[in-house]
Amino acid sequence: MMNEEVLKHPMTKDIKDLPDNLNGDWRNKLMRWETLLMVFVAIAFFTNTQISPYFLDPWSLSDATFNFTEKAIIALPMALLIIARDIDLSVASTIALASVAMGFANTMGAGPIELALIGMAVGTVAGFINGWIITRFDIPAIVVTIGTMSLYRGIAYIVLGDDVYRSYPSDFAFFGQGYVWGVLSFEFLLFLCLAVVFGILLHKTTFGRRVYAIGNNPTAALFSGINVKRHRLFLFTLVGLFAGIAAVLLTSRIGSTRPSIAMGWELEVITMVVLGGVNILGGAGSIVGVFIAVFLMGLVTFGMGLMNVPGIVMSIFTGCLLILVIGTPIIWRRFLNARKMRSNSGE
Amino acid sequence: MKNTSLLGKMISHREWLLGAIIVLMLMGVGYIAPFFVTPGNLAEAFDDTSILIMLACAQMLVILTRCIDLSVASNIALTGMCVALFNVAYPDTPALVTLILSIGIGIVLGAFNGILVWLVGIPSIVVTLGTMSVYRGFVFLISGGEWVNAHEMTPQFLALPRATFLDLTVLSWIAIAVTLALFVFTRFTKTGLSIFAVGGNPKAAVYSGINVGKYQFITFCISGAVAGMCGYLWVSRYAVAYVEVAVAFELQVVAACVIGGISIAGGIGTIWGAALGAIFLGLIKNALPVIGISPFWQLAISGLVIVLAVIINSRSEKCGGRRILREAHQ
Repeated sequence: MMNEEVLKHPMTKDIKDLPDNLNGDWRNKLMRWETLLMVFVAIAFFTNTQISPYFLDPWSLSDATFNFTEKAIIALPMALLIIARDIDLSVASTIALASVAMGFANTMGAGPIELALIGMAVGTVAGFINGWIITRFDIPAIVVTIGTMSLYRGIAYIVLGDDVYRSYPSDFAFFGQGYVWGVLSFEFLLFLCLAVVFGILLHKTTFGRRVYAIGNNPTAALFSGINVKRHRLFLFTLVGLFAGIAAVLLTSRIGSTRPSIAMGWELEVITMVVLGGVNILGGAGSIVGVFIAVFLMGLVTFGMGLMNVPGIVMSIFTGCLLILVIGTPIIWRRFLNARKMRSNSGE
Repeated sequence: MKNTSLLGKMISHREWLLGAIIVLMLMGVGYIAPFFVTPGNLAEAFDDTSILIMLACAQMLVILTRCIDLSVASNIALTGMCVALFNVAYPDTPALVTLILSIGIGIVLGAFNGILVWLVGIPSIVVTLGTMSVYRGFVFLISGGEWVNAHEMTPQFLALPRATFLDLTVLSWIAIAVTLALFVFTRFTKTGLSIFAVGGNPKAAVYSGINVGKYQFITFCISGAVAGMCGYLWVSRYAVAYVEVAVAFELQVVAACVIGGISIAGGIGTIWGAALGAIFLGLIKNALPVIGISPFWQLAISGLVIVLAVIINSRSEKCGGRRILREAHQ
């Protein structure tokens, strides 16, 4: 079932011509969404080298990763959540709440490890609350997370107002600014490890299979013995935890907390996931795709930054990209169907 | 299955419940700060809420068809900036022409959303999340990041929403007119009833000869038109146009709808519900400073109210609502 959805992607051939696993013909492998993304990454990379002679410097490449690593870390569990037909718009607000909690704990004299644990715990609780309301009362995730989006950031504003938390302990800076080996930052290494974990989780475990099953047909998933509600609750909690982790990294990197921290990130995270080939209606997508999409967005925004394009103009690009990425396959599929029907009627 | 208990009736008739809560809140705030409930102050608070009321009523139509329009706030900013720059370039234009121009620009922006939803078939949340940042970015492009300030706008451009008639501002009268017009539209026209049918049961709507996508397109055009008009009214009322006008206002609009009992799953809701939801949020906004609570609480309170409202909705939707085409239950 899940492969069917994946293979329905416009870049592949008709479903009947394909074996029912992905390790088939090399041509099919070549025609996948991920391959197309790789081509775009290559183009973006090449363009960037032409724009600026400083681009290929290892340190500048390493610096470039900081701009998207925290978002990319949330994109991993978000991909699972969207594959399971849900969505979480409150991630950016969760970051704000967790960051404010850390700032508050810091004024109470918590150490770096405690701060990180508090940030992750607050994120987890926020995600759990989302999941609990959604599954307990059977409400669409989008409304509940629009509500908690205001609620969580609202709490951050109540605590902090227009004030700011600064003076985090110097050891705390390691999470967001530290380097593990040469130019390899702690943040980026964490992202790479988590990407591998999520790739295995989604593609090689029963849990991953169940996520696809829930996304393709929740009712059928329920009848085949999957505790759908518990899986959804777990996914929301997971997204919350990762928003907490992102909050730790971001707070540590910029060294201060304002209630407006990470404003608008939910859109960018969702764009990354959707760009990676995850179907916004659920049931299809891969971690490899999301992984490549993260780099594509990172490279393009870095390239535009090199050209001094202001951030708000980049948002035009992000918005168009989101619509194009989802719209093009739909039009392409319709085009293919129309052609097939024409050739069928010709026979 | 009818819920016959008094509480059940109250909950299923959301408008009455919400109206009662608003009256109670008014009495409570009036007890603490009597000047708040004087007619003049209430008219001012209504004026402040007018834009939200109009947008919520238009958003309701979109939500009825199982869609959502998150681009309204960016539409306001873009249309507002367009008419402000137009006013700077052609200062002699009468305010009424500017108003019509803003509606026109708004319809174009709304129709763009609608076409992507109808003809391309992209989920509305994706389309409007995308156009939300695209339209906002365009505000920056056309203005170059500059502000258009009050002294650059002509007096007649600024006067329209502020002029008073029977103790209410023109802005308030426009809000009342739009609300009434949309009420008549949803209640007594074929198109309005079809919109309910589309959201109530899209499959049955198709079999009854209703083009689902077309009605979704129409609601996006209406939402765009109202947002465009509000763009001019907003810029004129606050006498300034800049890139961040109405940032995140779309959330308040959706919140007003959710509080007003409009089901995000489509097909259930009334114009009165949306308008009362907006008034409720406006009341909180205007009453908080009066009773001595920091405005920083506003965001969290509206978030909490949204969450509570959807929980209550999830109960009451099971016992009815205005449905043209019912879903078959086995």
